[in-house]
Amino acid sequence: MNDLFRESVYFGFFLALAAYWIGLKIQKRFPYTICNPLLLCTILIVILLTAFHIDYDTFDQGAKYITYFLTPSTVCLAIPMYKQIQVLKKNLAAILISLVSGCIAAAFTIWALCAVFGLDAVIYHSLQPKSITTAIAMGVSEELGGNPTLTVAAVIITGLFGGIAAKLVCRLFRITNPIAVGLACGNSAHAIGTSKALEFGEVEGAMSSLAVVTAGVITVVLAPMFSGLIS
Amino acid sequence: MNYMKYVKQLAVIMAVSFAGEFLNRVLPLPVPASVYGLVLLFLLLITKAVKLEQVEETGSFLVKIMPVLFIGPCVSLMTVMGSVADKLVSILAVIGISTVVVMAVTGTVAQAFLDKKADKEEKAHE
Repeated sequence: MNDLFRESVYFGFFLALAAYWIGLKIQKRFPYTICNPLLLCTILIVILLTAFHIDYDTFDQGAKYITYFLTPSTVCLAIPMYKQIQVLKKNLAAILISLVSGCIAAAFTIWALCAVFGLDAVIYHSLQPKSITTAIAMGVSEELGGNPTLTVAAVIITGLFGGIAAKLVCRLFRITNPIAVGLACGNSAHAIGTSKALEFGEVEGAMSSLAVVTAGVITVVLAPMFSGLIS
Repeated sequence: MNYMKYVKQLAVIMAVSFAGEFLNRVLPLPVPASVYGLVLLFLLLITKAVKLEQVEETGSFLVKIMPVLFIGPCVSLMTVMGSVADKLVSILAVIGISTVVVMAVTGTVAQAFLDKKADKEEKAHE
């Protein structure tokens, strides 16, 4: 089966879009948070690829052209941020303090949980930067002695999970202010959280974008301080 | 010739992405091209070197389709799952719990500050 698809550039491209479209349809029919189109589409593609013995590289031959747009798309997060600049200026202290608190909470919980579950140092260092954007996370992981591939996986699972959990967590902890919702999404679930925050509204999306950038910077500084706790 | 607008907007966005890529190569920090680009475009917009009209429609489109752009990286999970299979449950637990904690702490702290500020402003108005 692989031979049939190996030459094709458009197979993966088509499959990715078609699966996402099906994911959207399912979400429309069953509007629960767990029916996240990105999650459904990922599961669908993995099942199809496994069932037909098509390897990931064959799929990625087409899908990578979609992934290429991730950088310009992330760059464009500056647009909602700019549009909300007044909100940003007015609440600068609240924004910075909550982001720093969140990053410290991340460092502590990841350390405590890894210790509880008896995970080794390599896994600990790979998980440390999991709440920040992929490329920064990989750099931090490498710096600390983690496994960058595992870090990428952890970052993506974090994003998927964060996007799904956002609504429930915000309701549970009575986080209602759009600024607070956006910061919570971006600080915990980076760009995938931001794409969710943008669905909530423009202020949420802008604050989440800001959180992604800021959390990345804070974690670069913070992670090495915590890295010696498990060795 | 209205569609030229979109071509120009895309050109500006790609130029900033390219500049981000350049900074990523030149500077020795673990910061991705996309984040350099984001900060750069933000600064360009603030300083009015780039006007909002020069990026708005195309940029907003790219932001809106963002979840779709994550399909490739998400599917790539299937290639690493095997190597940590025996510790998968613990790893998923660490990820799940810590993600909720970070979300709750960030949101609650921000909410508390913003509520306090709103109270103060209300009193000032009285």
